[in-house]
Amino acid sequence: MATTVAKRLPRPLSAGMWVAVVVLGTFALAGIAFNRGESINAMWFIVAALCIYALGYRFYSAFLAAKVFALDSTRATPAERFNDGRDFVPTNRWIVFGHHFAAIAGPGPLIGPTLAAQFGYLPGTLWILIGATLGGCVQDFVSLFCSIRRDGRSLGQMARDELGPIGGAVALIGVLAIMIILIAVLGLVVVNAMRHSPWATSTVAATIPIAILIGLFMRHLRPGRVLEGTAIGVVLLLLAVFGGGWVDKHETLRVWFDYDGPSLALMIIVYGFAAAVLPVWLLLAPRDYLSTFMKIGTIVALAVAIVILNPVVKMPALTQFVDGSGPIFAGKVFPFVFITIACGAISGFHSLIASGTTPKLLANERDARFIGYGAMAVESFVAIMAMVAACVLDPGVYFAINSPAGVVGANPADAVAMINSWNYPVTVEQMQMLAREMGEATLFARTGGAPSLAVGMASIFSSAFGDTLLAAWYHFAIMFEALFILTTVDAGTRVARFMLQDIFGNIVPAMGRTSWYPSVLICSGLVVAGWGYFLYIGTIDPLGGINSLWPLFGISNQMLAAIALCVATTVLVKSSRVRFVWVTTLPLVWLVAVTSTAAWQKLFSPDPGLGFLSHADQLAAKLASGALTGAAADQAPRLIFNDRLDAALTAFFLITVWVLVVETARVCYASLSGKPHPPLTESPHVPSRLVEDWVRD
Amino acid sequence: MTEAVRRVWAVIRELTGDDAYERYLAHWRTSHAREGAAPLDRAAFCREEQRRKWEGVRRCC
Repeated sequence: MATTVAKRLPRPLSAGMWVAVVVLGTFALAGIAFNRGESINAMWFIVAALCIYALGYRFYSAFLAAKVFALDSTRATPAERFNDGRDFVPTNRWIVFGHHFAAIAGPGPLIGPTLAAQFGYLPGTLWILIGATLGGCVQDFVSLFCSIRRDGRSLGQMARDELGPIGGAVALIGVLAIMIILIAVLGLVVVNAMRHSPWATSTVAATIPIAILIGLFMRHLRPGRVLEGTAIGVVLLLLAVFGGGWVDKHETLRVWFDYDGPSLALMIIVYGFAAAVLPVWLLLAPRDYLSTFMKIGTIVALAVAIVILNPVVKMPALTQFVDGSGPIFAGKVFPFVFITIACGAISGFHSLIASGTTPKLLANERDARFIGYGAMAVESFVAIMAMVAACVLDPGVYFAINSPAGVVGANPADAVAMINSWNYPVTVEQMQMLAREMGEATLFARTGGAPSLAVGMASIFSSAFGDTLLAAWYHFAIMFEALFILTTVDAGTRVARFMLQDIFGNIVPAMGRTSWYPSVLICSGLVVAGWGYFLYIGTIDPLGGINSLWPLFGISNQMLAAIALCVATTVLVKSSRVRFVWVTTLPLVWLVAVTSTAAWQKLFSPDPGLGFLSHADQLAAKLASGALTGAAADQAPRLIFNDRLDAALTAFFLITVWVLVVETARVCYASLSGKPHPPLTESPHVPSRLVEDWVRD
Repeated sequence: MTEAVRRVWAVIRELTGDDAYERYLAHWRTSHAREGAAPLDRAAFCREEQRRKWEGVRRCC
């Protein structure tokens, strides 16, 4: 099956063309950056982003490929050398690109930019563009490169081989921790979208039987017919969106789907456990197909709609909240914009994919540039679109949807008064009108990004494709986000379970058997208990939970990126590429600075809105003085404990990063000064037989 | 069906894994046919393939 050795890139466009791209990109970016007070068109964002990705890809990634990594098309890839027709298969570069992109694109790039829009559109947009071209794309590319040169090994294995056992252990525990936090925070986003919304809840609930139906279809009726199964599933999902509207209008049925946050959290916990222990074919695999198709379809539709409609960005370039007084999450623009937008700018998680299935599929080493650097540029573009969708909302509406009740008040009149006092006009009537249009009882305090993105998407879609179905578009957007958030919940729980089984397997060998049922139940239970705890506490937290969990997620994700860059840095140093080491150390130093500052502030800031410990102390003082009554007094001890737990986790992340940085520095120093160190583990050069221009001697 | 449409359709099928069984059969014929055993049937292959695919990190944030 020689689907492979893909065609070369079209010959570089003429120099004049690239000069035009530079001029256009500079012009668009300057337009975005220096615009003050006038309305600006979303088109500028798209143009600036496309120009910057094109330049980054054409020049920086070419430099990385040719000079730094010296990709060698005559060198046989792991796919060619170990071709087993299963894991290792030389595959066409476009197909690999598709698989790789589908694996790295999750809900993260849609949520982070939406939250970060509280600083205005400028900081987030700049960070997405610069972070991706100089950081995120490089990280994905270098991880893929290292893995290809090491028989397709995983990041954890490479960390152990190149840095020694400490690096390996730290990487493993780091991945486990990030999974737990990630699933909790994503679950919270879904809960906030479904809270007291029978339409959203019934539609999201319907995705479960639909997935099971498709699972049965593809298992028993038509095995392996992915496209047929998906087509039926997508039709059913669209029917579920309209069915939810019918449930919402039905007097008795709607009560069955009307829940508060904590009850929804418990349901997601039960669901997550069931999904983790049920066979994959029944729920996880069909859900994964459906969400991948929905995701790609919706993102393409959003891009088309933005281009057709060309909406006006209403958010100012910078808001007053750059000083750290923001309602959605606390903290100044530095470092928190860089923590809030992880996926879309630089996401450590990608290094797991780039050192997972992808390196085992590449037919030619030189494809690593297109797949590693290129797929991340596309992912980053998704983040830009999410930023646009958040910023086309009236800022007053954006803050009304995203500000937690604990900050602006639970009463709509109070919330509106507070938001107006920040100079963002919005009225209770406007919010009620909007909620009615979207088929919801209220849109206040739906923190988390999904609802405001859905409102933004619904208004963009309905303007571009006909405005009669605003409520259906809104719930379609909610369903689409919930669908792939729940896929991440399922798949993440499963991966974390494997890791836990792997760890326990070192102590009790039976626990390491991935199909031994007691081990499956115990390890799944532990994983679900871990994220379930954070999710549940998030729903009872008056500040909305996102406020504390999202920064924690950002810090852990950036920490994972730092681990990948540390491994890459040692590889560059050991393989006599010291003069290019800035390629990985530049983003590494930035990430370490950002995560360390953010972690330090989350730990020790005297502002109770920002610092976990000072918040715990404040709450404890209130409780002791009797200022809290009723439910607040009952919940306070749990919240205090949770603050201290969050603080402990943050400290753990901080220490982890620094242990790894010191290890990296030690190994690099040893390598440069000729002292003993773990040797470079690059596999030897084997000439490729797939390359036509390879000359036999 | 014109050639271009056919090619796009083939790419879509390969991207989604819709043609995985056909590709398996092709691989089996070139690499394992001489070993004597019969290839897996469609249902058994799909079961095996799904089990293999979900043994690692498949999804990102």
